[in-house]
Amino acid sequence: MDLSRLEINRRTALLTSAAIAANVINPMRAFAQETPRKGGVFNVHYGAEQRQLNPSIQASTGVYIIGGKIQENLVDLDANGQPVGVLAESWEATPDGKTVTFKLRKGVTWHDGKPFTSDDVAFSAMNMWKKILNYGSTLQLFLTSVDTPDPQTAIFRYERPMPLNLLLRALPDLGYVSAKHLYESGDIRQNPTNLAPVGTGPFKFVKYERGQYIIADRNPDYWRPNAPYLDRIVWKVITDRAAAAAQMEAGELHYSPFSGLTISDMARLGKDKRFIVQTKGNEGNARTNTIEFNFRRKELADIRVRRAIAHAINVPFFIDNFLGDFAKLGTGPIPSTSTDFYPGPNTPQYPYDKAKAIALLDEAGFKASSGNRFSLRLLPAPWGEDISLWSTFIQQSLGEVGIQVDIVRNDGGGFLKQVYDEHAFDLATGWHQYRNDPAVSTTVWYRSGQPKGAPWTNQWGWEDKTVDATIDNAATEVDPVKRKALYADFVKEVNTELPVWMPIEQIFVTVITAKARNHSNTPRWGSTSWHDLWLSA
Amino acid sequence: MRILSLAGRRLAASIPTLFLILIGVFLLLQLAPGDTVDALMAQMGGGDAATAEALRKFYGLNLSVPAQLGNYLWHLVRLDLGFSSIYGKPVATVILERLPPTILLMTASLSFAFFFGLVFGVIAARGVNRWPDTMISTLGLIFYATPSFWFGLMAIVVFSVYLQWLPPGGFEDIGTVQTGIWRVLDIAAHLVLPTLTLGLIFLAIYLRIMRASMLEVLNLDFVRTARAKGLDETHVITRHVLRNALLPMVTLIGLQAGTMLGGSVVVESVFSLPGLGRLAYESVVQRDLNTLLGIVFVSALLVISVNFVVDLLYARLDPRIAAEG
Repeated sequence: MDLSRLEINRRTALLTSAAIAANVINPMRAFAQETPRKGGVFNVHYGAEQRQLNPSIQASTGVYIIGGKIQENLVDLDANGQPVGVLAESWEATPDGKTVTFKLRKGVTWHDGKPFTSDDVAFSAMNMWKKILNYGSTLQLFLTSVDTPDPQTAIFRYERPMPLNLLLRALPDLGYVSAKHLYESGDIRQNPTNLAPVGTGPFKFVKYERGQYIIADRNPDYWRPNAPYLDRIVWKVITDRAAAAAQMEAGELHYSPFSGLTISDMARLGKDKRFIVQTKGNEGNARTNTIEFNFRRKELADIRVRRAIAHAINVPFFIDNFLGDFAKLGTGPIPSTSTDFYPGPNTPQYPYDKAKAIALLDEAGFKASSGNRFSLRLLPAPWGEDISLWSTFIQQSLGEVGIQVDIVRNDGGGFLKQVYDEHAFDLATGWHQYRNDPAVSTTVWYRSGQPKGAPWTNQWGWEDKTVDATIDNAATEVDPVKRKALYADFVKEVNTELPVWMPIEQIFVTVITAKARNHSNTPRWGSTSWHDLWLSA
Repeated sequence: MRILSLAGRRLAASIPTLFLILIGVFLLLQLAPGDTVDALMAQMGGGDAATAEALRKFYGLNLSVPAQLGNYLWHLVRLDLGFSSIYGKPVATVILERLPPTILLMTASLSFAFFFGLVFGVIAARGVNRWPDTMISTLGLIFYATPSFWFGLMAIVVFSVYLQWLPPGGFEDIGTVQTGIWRVLDIAAHLVLPTLTLGLIFLAIYLRIMRASMLEVLNLDFVRTARAKGLDETHVITRHVLRNALLPMVTLIGLQAGTMLGGSVVVESVFSLPGLGRLAYESVVQRDLNTLLGIVFVSALLVISVNFVVDLLYARLDPRIAAEG
């Protein structure tokens, strides 16, 4: 333990409790009056170690939570979810949507002292985002070249129109820049820099002890004035969720991101004044719980059976009793947090109606013999306890309308293999993670012609020409208003046909110390650079 | 010299077993659905088919199963454990990094269990069917029946969250860099709770074995002779009974050295220790075959050597065994 820190804590204990009292009365004013404090170590819960830390080649929260502090993206999202420049200062697209020009920030240097230039952007785009980065390879499929007329200009050229608002909403996740001079020789995947990242961000990588911790220190040469405030960030590897909650309480952790604790611990810590438990700051990481239907089963190929299954499940009851405040009723593949694309709740919905479910099943010709109409294998994904609870709830709900459900559990690799490659499922349930634009994360769940084995894509044995056409048109529509309308059509179509039902919306939950300031102030805060985060005494 | 030849014979005898185990584990893992690329995709949250294919080539998974197995064994013969797909480093390096915490934890908790098992076993045997025996046996049963993760979590809640005496997890303090004796003390403080958690379960077994074995030896003729000679009870116990009663305990150590490695997955996870157990668990979930086989290999070597030491100990404790061996 750091003795000087303890001493400060004791001296300011009274002040702090006064500040908390003030916060309760008028939180906004109390925050405004505080002056940011420099210094301090911020300890972060790191639940699942990744194979590498470079966000230019792997798009996942487990990488952003570390790499996102060390490396930076071209653009990020501001407090209102609108694109704001980070390494890019401005951008413009030609009317045909085939050329996008980024003006880059001047005077930015890499942590090793070399200047950041448009060459780095061109290299990252062509060799990492287009070739290696998951989701990036789909987004940049029609990127033909990146021209660099001068060190501050990068011109992206596309074969087909690239809607600017799609690119700007995808780049916060899929636009992290790596240093060309460190990656240009050798295999990018095997580059040792991936485990000791070098970036332009507010924190410099120091050390990675596998299985234990990662340390990054304040970058004194950071381009934003007076940033960052923290001296150091330590990510502690703690795989056991209950142990992580205990470490939060013991004061060894300041922040557990992305629903890292058990549902019951999050609810418990939410009542503790020392912590803030909220979904704010994670709106950009919305996900929906799914029910995926395998059309190779003749029963499930019948639309009446799929609708009956949707009607048979009392979703509001499940949310109230198992997920509490951390979830809400979903209305389809585009979650309500997506202000740019959410079509509203007026699309085909399937509220709980047991009688209707039974009627639909009878109408489809699947009569019950001794209480059982037919049996289904349900494969739940192992990502979270909500999926496990949800699969049991599905099992019991369908049992009541005469469909016997056998739950088959797998670990991560096994689940993906059996569902998306071997198609050895009747029903599957997991998360659809929405990444700010349907073209990035969502339409692949419905577009036909997905190669066998690609996880989280349409592997249902279902094809619909109308839906395919809507998806294709929306992906290249450069007018934002028309694009939004096309995605509203898309939601109506897939909610009618129901190859996948997405009836629950969830946002990741943040558990953070009440001493943190300037936290959760953007929709993907856990992934951002934390240049303005500070800890009050 | 005799020890060396004995060691040599032992090692030669265990090589076929070792290979059978490795091939068995390899084939078992082929039965598990999904490979390391599926596991990586699961971790990344998605990716397209071309990426998956490139990754399979990168990890050498495009070969047939017999070819992969052949490759692995051929490397192993040359003492090359291969490359870890989750760590991007040679497996030998990964395992070497993880070995110290595991061995520390294992020796600490085995010693704890052995020592207190012995003491409590003797006390229980001497007061058989009276209150010390009843109390010790009941406590032993409770320890044995309690799941270790619960024990660990409760220990964290009491000693780290409420009393704040001991750190709640990790191998050493990251905030301050310590050297020499301070670092040793720091690591020791971090290991107290995991050692107790892991040791308490084994303690129960040791004390039961010690008690039974003491009771048996106490009834033998030479004990009666010793008493008849007029030796006082303390002498009879320490010089005559204890030494003979220790044999089953030593056997147990040899058996449990293996269990301890596997049994510490839970304790390592609860206390966030970077040990072999957690590494093994991770490699199964991530389908990192090379790492898993490497761990099996190292664990097997460890068990073989511990059992060899146990055999030598037998000879020390009971000279009759050495005379025949």
